[in-house]
Amino acid sequence: MSAFLDWAVHFALACFATGMLCAAIRLMRGPAAQDRILAFDALYINGMLSILMLGIGIGSAIYFDIALLIALFGFVGSAAMAKFLLRGEVIEP
Amino acid sequence: MTRKFPLMEALLLLMWLLVNESLAPHQWLLGLLFAVLVSRLARTLRPLAARPRRLGTALLLCWHVLCDVIRSNLAVGQIILGTVRQQPKVGFLKIPLALRDPHGLAALSIIITATPGTVFAHHDPRENVLTLHVLDLQDEATWLRVITQRYERPLMEIFE
Amino acid sequence: MSAAAMPDWIALPAALLLIAGGLLALIGSLGLLRLDSFYARIHAPTMGNTLGAGCVLIASMLTSSAAAGRPVIHELLITLFLLITSPVTTMLLMRAALFRGEGSGGGGGGGNARAGKSPVADDSLV
Repeated sequence: MSAFLDWAVHFALACFATGMLCAAIRLMRGPAAQDRILAFDALYINGMLSILMLGIGIGSAIYFDIALLIALFGFVGSAAMAKFLLRGEVIEP
Repeated sequence: MTRKFPLMEALLLLMWLLVNESLAPHQWLLGLLFAVLVSRLARTLRPLAARPRRLGTALLLCWHVLCDVIRSNLAVGQIILGTVRQQPKVGFLKIPLALRDPHGLAALSIIITATPGTVFAHHDPRENVLTLHVLDLQDEATWLRVITQRYERPLMEIFE
Repeated sequence: MSAAAMPDWIALPAALLLIAGGLLALIGSLGLLRLDSFYARIHAPTMGNTLGAGCVLIASMLTSSAAAGRPVIHELLITLFLLITSPVTTMLLMRAALFRGEGSGGGGGGGNARAGKSPVADDSLV
């Protein structure tokens, strides 16, 4: 049964990697700037999920902290970029 | 503003204990200190405090939202993977609201956006009209009924 | 792999949740490529962000609890954080797209938004 879990971890990793590839293609192609930020958002969430996958596969707890930090900084980054598109500046007086 | 139960402090303490993964006495003490200081600071930044009531209604609303998230995930997945390469009928939808509380409106916008297929686009504070963007705009009446009956009414009970 | 000592009743649901989460995130990201206007594309990554991430995080809770021999639930933090923050980013992007116009991405989206008054009230943007 753990062989099945092992297989599922690899399958999910492949899914997230393909998802990151799709997001990267949209990030590069993207016609408008908001498309690129949307793709960046999907990219970091897929990356965070694949880090968690590595944590499940290897069985180490340290990956949780990495995933939490990616989620935090990814949100700050993409929200700041979206805010910049909306208002032309990030921190308003 | 006096409240019976310090909700923000309790949530911050819970977060502290979860991050540190321990229930040792010194963690409780540090977490309590952190919670009190941070919620003081947050109150000076935003004096307006929400007073949610009716835990049962809130839990029922969470359950409804979970069901709707699962259902609309399947629907959006079918649209994306659609065998006929036909673009969905996207469009904006205006919904008049009765909910006025700002925290209730924030919760409604989070619920709407977290459900795949609908994104909160705008809220007009004067006429209290909500504008949504819907991926699959087949029948507007169903969306209108879902938003007002399923989400708005419990939120009004909780926050107003 | 340390999954060797995992009991079946934990390994099976965790594996199923991982497969479901992987597929949901994959379909969501595929939607970024397949849908052809920004307003349609904005709905796609929400799938991976909500239910896909939720499935993976529950699976992670199950396996790390089984590995540690005690309940490990700190993945709840990531779940709650994602649940609150990813709609905020999406809403900001939606407002930015309404404000900037759809750019050079194909039509289809903001047809009735452009007709008459735009859904973005101008008073909030000054």
